[in-house]
Amino acid sequence: MTSIPLIGEAIAVAADAYGARGLAGAKIGVVTFPGTLDDRDAARAVRLAGGTAVPLWHADSELGDVDAVIIPGGFSYGDYLRAGAISRFAPLMSKIIDAANSDAKLPVLGICNGFQILTESHLLPGSMIKNDHLKFICRDQTLRVENANTAWTVDYTDGQEIIVPLKNQDGQYIADEKTLDALEAEGRVVFRYVGFNPNGSRRDIAGISNAAGNVVGLMPHPEHAVETGFGPESLNGEPRDTDGLGFFTSVLTKIVGGDK
Amino acid sequence: MTTETTKKFNIDTVEHAAKTPDTELPWAELGLKQNEFDEIVKVLGRRPTGAELAMYSVMWSEHCSYKSSKNHLRQFGEKVTEEMKKDMLVGIGENAGVTNLGDGWAVTFKIESHNSPSFVEPYQGAATGIGGIVRDIISMGARPVAVMDPLRFGAIDHPDTARVMHGAVAGIGGYGNCLGLPNIGGEMVFDSVYQGNPLVNALAVGVMRHEDIRLANASGKGNKVVLFGARTGGDGIGGASVLASESFDDTKPSKRPAVQVGDPFAEKVLIECCLELFKGSLVEGIQDLGAAGISCATSELASNGDGGMQVELTSVLLRDPTLTPGEILMSESQERMMAVVTPENIEAFEAVMDKWAVEYSWLGEVTDTGRLIITWEGEVIVDVDPRTVAHDGPVYDRPFARPEWQDSVQANSFTGSVEDAGRPSAPTELAAAVTELVASPNMCSKSWITKQYDRYVGGNTAMAFPDDAGVVRVDEETGLGVALATDANGRYTYLEPYQGAQLALAEAYRNVATSGAVPMAVSDCLNFGSPEDPDVMWQLAEAIRGLSDACMELGIPVTGGNVSLYNQTGTTPIHPSPVVAVLGKLDDVARRTPSGWREDGQAIYLLGTTAAELDGSEWSNLRGHLGGLPPKVDLAAERALGEILINASRDGMVDAAHDLSEGGLAAALVESSLRYGVGARIALEELMERDGVDLFTALFSESQARAIVSVPRSEEVRFKDMCTARGFAHLRIGVVDAAGGKLEINGVDELSLDALREAHEGTLPKYFG
Repeated sequence: MTSIPLIGEAIAVAADAYGARGLAGAKIGVVTFPGTLDDRDAARAVRLAGGTAVPLWHADSELGDVDAVIIPGGFSYGDYLRAGAISRFAPLMSKIIDAANSDAKLPVLGICNGFQILTESHLLPGSMIKNDHLKFICRDQTLRVENANTAWTVDYTDGQEIIVPLKNQDGQYIADEKTLDALEAEGRVVFRYVGFNPNGSRRDIAGISNAAGNVVGLMPHPEHAVETGFGPESLNGEPRDTDGLGFFTSVLTKIVGGDK
Repeated sequence: MTTETTKKFNIDTVEHAAKTPDTELPWAELGLKQNEFDEIVKVLGRRPTGAELAMYSVMWSEHCSYKSSKNHLRQFGEKVTEEMKKDMLVGIGENAGVTNLGDGWAVTFKIESHNSPSFVEPYQGAATGIGGIVRDIISMGARPVAVMDPLRFGAIDHPDTARVMHGAVAGIGGYGNCLGLPNIGGEMVFDSVYQGNPLVNALAVGVMRHEDIRLANASGKGNKVVLFGARTGGDGIGGASVLASESFDDTKPSKRPAVQVGDPFAEKVLIECCLELFKGSLVEGIQDLGAAGISCATSELASNGDGGMQVELTSVLLRDPTLTPGEILMSESQERMMAVVTPENIEAFEAVMDKWAVEYSWLGEVTDTGRLIITWEGEVIVDVDPRTVAHDGPVYDRPFARPEWQDSVQANSFTGSVEDAGRPSAPTELAAAVTELVASPNMCSKSWITKQYDRYVGGNTAMAFPDDAGVVRVDEETGLGVALATDANGRYTYLEPYQGAQLALAEAYRNVATSGAVPMAVSDCLNFGSPEDPDVMWQLAEAIRGLSDACMELGIPVTGGNVSLYNQTGTTPIHPSPVVAVLGKLDDVARRTPSGWREDGQAIYLLGTTAAELDGSEWSNLRGHLGGLPPKVDLAAERALGEILINASRDGMVDAAHDLSEGGLAAALVESSLRYGVGARIALEELMERDGVDLFTALFSESQARAIVSVPRSEEVRFKDMCTARGFAHLRIGVVDAAGGKLEINGVDELSLDALREAHEGTLPKYFG
C-alpha cells in the first residue's frame, strides 16, 4: 500500500507519486436526491482528502467522467415508502449500477441513506429496518475495520478501531442467515460495531461490500469525521475527530495509484 | 399544472354582504369579541363577508396581532442605543431580525412557541413548530444552519408527561433531522405548572450574504403572486385564532383537527428550492405561510408593499376539494410559501419549481389600488384595505396590577424555612446532596433527548449540548461563526418578574460569552398565562420592562421574537416563562471554549462572588419550596465577566469554561468533570471565608455573574493579572485531576465519576425508557 499524507501536502506529494494527474485530478461524484442532507459534507470530505468533488443530480442520465461515486446520507423522498426504495429508480442510479458492475468496477460508497439505496438497488445484499429501540439515534460510534482491502478502506489496517458519528432511524441491518454466512466467509463484512450495537444490526454489522470490493455501504457517517474540531470526541478527550478521512484518501489512492 | 374542479357554494360576496346587513355571523366561534366584530363592521362600512370574517378573525387573534402585548413590546424598539443599532441590518417587525457578522455575512435568528398544538398532539405540534420557524428564516433569504429547542413539561412522574415528552422530542427530531439542520442545544425543565400546558419553543438560525437579504413585501404593479410548496388542506384551520387564544379545560371537545400536520421532506425541498430562487434573484418579495395561512401572507405582503393585490382563490391547489373559501384563507397547512415575481422571471421561476418537483400556482398580481381583492370564480368575496387586516388590529391596554400574593411569596425565604431545616452539612450528607442534585429532573443529563437529534449534519457544528452554547461555523475559509444559547427560569420570574426576565437574559448572555463568543443580539419567546388576568398581565409588563432595560444595559438589541399568552389550565397560569435567546459571534470557531476540563494539573478558578442566594434555586425546588427573592441581578458584573471570558478564549488563556446557574457550583463542578470524564480536587475554604458563606451555600447558591474556568499553568499569571486589572473577583479553587476518576471537594465525601455519571444519566431513561 502506498501511503498518502492527510490534509495539506497531499496534492503536491500525490502529483509526484502518481504523475501529472495528481490527487486533485481525481473526480469523485456526490449524488443529490430530493431530501439528501449530507451531500455538502461528503463533498467537503473529498476536498479535504485532496480530491475534487463533482456534484451529480439524481435526474441526470449521464455519470460524466467521475472516477468514483458517493451516495450520501439523508432522507431521500422523505423515506416515506421504505428508505431508498424510490431513489433506486432515479435515472442516474441505473448508470451507477452499470458502472459498478462493469469491468472498470467504479468505486461506489453509500453512507446511511446511501447504503439503503445500494441495498434497494441490489448492489449490496440485505436490508435496513427500523432501529430495534424504535428511536432515532445520534452518537459517536466505535467501529472495527474488518476488511482493509476494499476501494474505500485501503488506508486503514485490518482490525483498526475508528470512531465516526452514527445517526439514523432505520439502521438495523438484516439479511437471512445464508447471506450473512456468505458475507462473513467472503470477507465482505467491512465494518462492525464495537462495544455497543446501536440499532440491533445482525452480527453487529455496520458496513459491507460487494464481492469485488469496489462497492461499500455503511450506516455510520465517515464524512462527519474529517476535520479537526468538527468530529467526534472520545470520552477521555483524546482527539478522534478525523478518523473518517481514511475512506476518502483510500479511494483517491485507489484511483490515482491504480490497483493496489 | 392541475386545474381543480371548483364546486358551487353559496358564495357570500361583497355585494351580497352589502345587501344583507343583518345576517348572523359566527364571529364568537371564530374567537372574536363583540367590540372587535363591531370594529370590523366600522372599518368596512358594512358587515364582513364570510371570507373577510375568517381573515380578520385569524389576523386579529392574540397570536397574530399581539393585541395584549403590543403596548408593552414597543419598549424593545424604544430602548435602543447607537451601540445596539450598529450591527442591526433588519430589526423587529420582519419575519426575523438580521444582524451583521462582518466580512459581508449576515445572520438571522428567531425563537417561537408552539405550545398549544404540542399539548394536543405532541409529535405534530413540535414538528410543525420547527417547520414554521425554519420558514421564517428562509423568508429572510437565509440558509437555515441550526435549530434549538427549549422545552418545559409537567412533573416528571406524572403519567401524561411521558406522552408529551415522547411525542415532542420525536417530533422535533423527526422533522429537524429530516431537514438536515443540526440541533445544537436547548433546555429541558420539568415542573407541575406546565402539566396541562407544556412549553415547546423552537429556535432557528440562518446565514446569508448581505446582498441576499429578502423582505416580505409585494411591490411593482403587474408583478405576479404565486403560491408554492405543499397543497392547501384542512389541517390547522382556525389554529391561530381558536387554539392560541383559548386555554384548555375539560368541557370543550378535542381540538385535534386544528393542529397542523408536517411533511419535513416537502420543507427540505422547499428550502433548497427557495435558495435557488434567491441565487437567481427570481423573487421580489417572499413570505412564508404560517399562522393564518393565506390570510396572513396576502395581507402582509400587500400592506408592506405598494398596497394592493388581486387574488383568485380558486387557483389555490387543494388537498381537499371540499374546502370553503373561508377555510382556504384560514388553513395553516405547512410547507407553503408565497412570492412576488416579475413577469420576465416567470419562466425561470417555473424552471426552478420543476427541477425540485415543487407544485405552484399563480394566484394573481400586485396592484396599486390600496385594496386586497380576493375573488372566487371572478366574484369578489374580499375587498379590504390590507393594513386593517395585517397591522391595524385591536390594541388593548389590559389592566394590570401587582398581585396581592406577591408580597407574601417574596417574604417566604427558603433560608430558615421548614424545608430548609435539614440542610446538609456533614461530608456524607453533602455528597448525597450533590448526587441528588445532579440526578434531579431539571439537572440530570439531557442526553436521552439530545441523542435523538442529529448534531453533525452540515459539518459546521463546532460545539453543541451539553456545552454552554451551541456553536456553528459560518465561513469555512475564515472560521467565522456564531454561538447561541437559550435560557429562562420560570421560578425566578414567578418570584420577581422584572428581575426574572433579566436573569434569563443574563444567563443566556453568560452562556454565549462562556463559549468565547461576543454577544450581539437577542430573540425572545414570552410564554405567559391569560392577559385578561391582571396578575398575569403585570408579570408580562414587568418582564418586558425588565428585559428591555437589561438589553440596553448589556448593549444588545432584541431583533425579533414571539409572545405566547393564555398558557394556563383553567384559571391557573404557568410560571411566567420568558425564554431568551442570545446570539454571539466568534471570529474563529476553533477558539470556542468547551465546558469540560481535560488536562491534568490545570488550575481551576471561580470567577465572581457567592452570596446566600437559595430562594428559587434548584435545591429549594427539590425540597418543595418556592418563595423569597431570586438571585440579585448585576448586569455590570455580567458584562465584566463576559469580557474576561471572551478575552481569555481569544488569547488562549483558558481551556475550559462553564457558567454557574441553576444548581450553582455543585452542578457546574460535576458537569465539567463528566464532560470528558476528567475529575478535579477542589477546596472551598478560602471562598467560604472571603464571601462569608458555609460549604453548603458555596455549593448550592445560585448567585449570578459567576463561572468556573480551567487555566493552563503557563497562562496562570497572565490570567490572574487580567482579572486583577479588571477588578473582577477570582479565586483558585482547585486543580484538574486526570488520573483519579473522581471529584474531590474538601468537606464532602469522595464522589466517583462513575457513580456521578450513573446518577446524572440514569434519570431520563428511568422515566422514559
